[in-house]
Amino acid sequence: MMELGKIFLLALLTNNIVIMRFLALCSYIGMTSDVGQSIGMGFAVTFVTVLATAATWPIYHYILVPLNLTFLQILIFILVIASLVQLVEFYLKKNVPGLYSAMGIYLPLITTNCAILAVTFENISFKYNFIQSIAYSVGVSLGYLLAMVLLAGIRERMKTSPVPKFLQGTPILFMATALIGIAFMGFSGLIK
Amino acid sequence: MKKLYSIFKQGIIFDNPLLMLMIGLCSAIAVTTNVSNGIGMGLAMTFVLLFSEIIISLFRKLIPSMIRIPIFIIVIAAFTTMVDLVMKAYFPDLSKSMGVFIPLIVVNCIIMGRVEAFASKQNLASVIADALGMGLGYTWVLIAIAAVRELLGNGTLAGIQIMPASYQPILFFILPPGGFFVFSLFISLNIWFKKRMEASARNRELVAKKEAA
Repeated sequence: MMELGKIFLLALLTNNIVIMRFLALCSYIGMTSDVGQSIGMGFAVTFVTVLATAATWPIYHYILVPLNLTFLQILIFILVIASLVQLVEFYLKKNVPGLYSAMGIYLPLITTNCAILAVTFENISFKYNFIQSIAYSVGVSLGYLLAMVLLAGIRERMKTSPVPKFLQGTPILFMATALIGIAFMGFSGLIK
Repeated sequence: MKKLYSIFKQGIIFDNPLLMLMIGLCSAIAVTTNVSNGIGMGLAMTFVLLFSEIIISLFRKLIPSMIRIPIFIIVIAAFTTMVDLVMKAYFPDLSKSMGVFIPLIVVNCIIMGRVEAFASKQNLASVIADALGMGLGYTWVLIAIAAVRELLGNGTLAGIQIMPASYQPILFFILPPGGFFVFSLFISLNIWFKKRMEASARNRELVAKKEAA
């Protein structure tokens, strides 16, 4: 149990996927213009990441390894994730229309979200077992949600504050992220 | 020939994938802690971009537009797998230090974007010009960011000591926040440069008009 908590916290704070490891930056910059949208995207990513982990881990260990096809990992994983997102979309549209209207528009964007693919690769290369993989993927994707909400909040404040002229537009977003990053460095001693 | 050159030039500055189009950012900030990583990532990316664009361009009339995206993904994934395996075999240290970012070339928006917007419509020659321009545009920005970060944060360039021994490295630049900081200044500079270019182009037009009058 301690082990799982450690994996979770490391993924959530110390090695935060966006701020410390620079993954999923496209959606981090693109989807944070308001807080509601960023929360929607964050939860959609969480949902798909956990599902993707639950799908790719058994495929790797029970199909690719016995057949000696591990070199096809990149190809198989991206196809599995792309088709999984499609299936989820169909299912939600038909059976849970409420959730679909909240999450639907984010789903197609998620297919090429590098965070999800990275998590599935890392579960394999870190040699996690199935439960640890799930804990890791939950930690990473909640970390993503956290980063999204933080930047979206800052951007809402930024609308009314004087930004230096040479930083107006995108540069200030990266500058703000750098400052959030300095704060996150403080978590590095949290877990030994 | 002139047309090819203008396509090539487009990727290097005006439509630079990192600084202007703001796509494919993840790998750009992550691997730029030292110059050799930047060069390695740039070359890997250019290779995948070039060959995916060539294949897609050659087969563009045969690919049904309904299922083009999955076909693009498979082509890109095949070349990414090649790069990954070659890196692991011949440059194990480089491959280890870049970790998960080599396999992640497959979801890099630059490649998907160029394949979808350019390679699926154009002939072979302009596609090669585009891929080389975009690839070089990506590579020079990586090397430039990496050079700033490595020089200030470690006092070296590609592992060779540049700063005098008494130089106290500013660790901040090697750490993740430093990456965001340097990148932010780079975009800011590029926007300034683009504005200046546009202003001087407008000035030239005005002068030409006056002279004509």
